[in-house]
Amino acid sequence: MDALPSYLDQSEAVRARFARIRQREVILEVRGLHKRYQSAQGETEALRDINFKVRRREFVCVIGPSGCGKSTLIRILAGLESHSAGDVLLDDKPVSGPGRDRGMVFQGYSLFPWLTVKKNVMFGPEISGFSHDSAEREARLWLDVVGLSKFADAYPHELSGGMRQRVAIARALVNQPRILLMDEPFGALDAQTRAKMQTHLLEIWRNLDITILFITHDLDEAIYLADRVLVLKAHPGEVQEVIEVPVPRPRLPGQFSSPEFRATKDRLEALIHPAEEDGDLSPALAEDSALQQHMIRFTDVADNVE
Amino acid sequence: MSLGFPAAIAHLPESRQRALLAVGSFLLPILVWCMISYLPFLWHPKVMVEEPGGVGYFQAGMLIDHADFAEQARQMREQGLALPSGIPANPIYLPAPHLVAKAFYTGFTTPPQGRDGVWLHESLWHSIQIIFWGFVISSLFGVPLGILGGTYTVLGRLQEPFIEFFRYLPAPAFGALAVAVLGIYDGPKIAIIVIGTFFQQVLVIANTTRKLEITLIEAARTLGTRGARLITKVVLPGILPDLYRDQRILLGWAWTYLIVAELIGTSSGITWYITQQARYQHFENVYAAIIIIGIIGFGSDLLLARLGRRLFPWDRTQERK
Ligand SMILES: Nc1ncnc2c1ncn2[C@@H]1O[C@H](COP(=O)(O)OP(=O)(O)OP(=O)(O)O)[C@@H](O)[C@H]1O
Ligand SMILES: [Mg+2]
Repeated sequence: MDALPSYLDQSEAVRARFARIRQREVILEVRGLHKRYQSAQGETEALRDINFKVRRREFVCVIGPSGCGKSTLIRILAGLESHSAGDVLLDDKPVSGPGRDRGMVFQGYSLFPWLTVKKNVMFGPEISGFSHDSAEREARLWLDVVGLSKFADAYPHELSGGMRQRVAIARALVNQPRILLMDEPFGALDAQTRAKMQTHLLEIWRNLDITILFITHDLDEAIYLADRVLVLKAHPGEVQEVIEVPVPRPRLPGQFSSPEFRATKDRLEALIHPAEEDGDLSPALAEDSALQQHMIRFTDVADNVE
Repeated sequence: MSLGFPAAIAHLPESRQRALLAVGSFLLPILVWCMISYLPFLWHPKVMVEEPGGVGYFQAGMLIDHADFAEQARQMREQGLALPSGIPANPIYLPAPHLVAKAFYTGFTTPPQGRDGVWLHESLWHSIQIIFWGFVISSLFGVPLGILGGTYTVLGRLQEPFIEFFRYLPAPAFGALAVAVLGIYDGPKIAIIVIGTFFQQVLVIANTTRKLEITLIEAARTLGTRGARLITKVVLPGILPDLYRDQRILLGWAWTYLIVAELIGTSSGITWYITQQARYQHFENVYAAIIIIGIIGFGSDLLLARLGRRLFPWDRTQERK
């Protein structure tokens, strides 16, 4: 078997593409971002000194182990959570509170169950003062984009999980945000639906002037989707590395086994699941081993399944 | 329904099974009542005199304890007088089903006694109005306060300790006060219903409001919603099915305060009817009136439940009952 190339090796086309991206204007800039939570157990430092920029029409994924602060980060960007220090700049202006310029897609259960699919998508335009008719026109357009025109009059509970997330995407996009923030939007879907949704999302992204910041804990998903992957580490949440994905575009499912893909995945794996070092257990690992030690048997001692 | 159905009805469709069981749940107690009433060897602790015989104080139709009847019969036998005769009977306060059934009809057809008497349906209508106004007034304040308290933490923490305290005070205890303030007619009765409902209402609805999925509010905020529109466009529609269900339950509670409320000041409504009938020992009328209250309460709840399924097609929990 051939040795894998380094994840840092980029083909000519990929390098040229990254050079072009770097020419584009910065949409989102995060500078020296800190987040501390005060709770009954004391203070947790969820995020420490986060710095990064996202440029126009870039697709950036954020990955990291559970509890590293991914949701905290994206919620701060969306304005749903305050930060303790640092700046979040959208088009060079600091953001405060949620706003129409940042669309958000949540992991699940975020559609309004009392509204039909179409009314869900019309929610944003109507709140911002569009007339009913033009809001409806917009909604139909965006439902068409996500391929759900036929379900305009269905209620969310009548849709499958994947369809609901497509509605959520349409509902966020109809406001024409500068950036689309997505917090593990496909996390609750089965593998097949998720693969379809990824392809679909890339399709949408390619055809729109939209910048995407996408959170996931699925390495394949991150590599498949992203231009760059922001790797966070936990306790406290810090940026460990920003990886430029060397897999050329357009992305196809067949690329999962390409050398670039595997090299990138190996690197991410090494970052996220580092080889255990004795005597230096991270808090998360310490928790894991505590779990194992406390496993009680609820069956006959002699009754082994393995 | 975790254990399924017995084989006898297991092959029927689910809705039929449920309907059958619902009918059964009413038939069973009625069956027990019939058995106690019509099977002379079950209970029947009294003897109803048919022929007084030689017993001076016996009259036809009188209810006598078994022991007393036997004692009198023994004395008559010793004195050589005519023996009394009688049949086993239940106490007067347990009329047989057919008597109560008849009372349903005669209750509505018997003209009121006395010059200021009222018909049964007038009594009922008066009671329904008391409930209605009590519930409406309570809801007018209780629903908004509950929603606001559930939405804004500060407001919730400001109002809830006092309301928690107040809801332990028994509403009827305010009867005398209510009469002093509101007079002796309908005012104090409505006030008791309001006091009995309002405090529960605020707490229950605040809780319901707090249970709204926070993601829905956050989603609305990222779509540009803020301020009062969060309440009118998200919180209110979001909790509406549950709010509706809460109101149904609270209306049931309001009914349970009715009798106490109507005893305050001048007795009125169905309570007045019941106490009158009990005074003349027309217990079949008393049962009929009590059952009518049940039918009205239960019937209106069924109607509201059905209406709920119409109103909230997206809420699948309305379908279960
Ligand atoms: N409201 C809060 N109060 C206190 N601590 C919090 C709060 N929210 C999050 N945290 C803490 O901040 C850290 C980061 O949480 P966060 O939810 O952002 O992680 P995450 O990376 O999204 O995890 P996951 O992959 O499980 O979704 C965790 O240690 C968590 O316990
Ligand atoms: Mg998370």
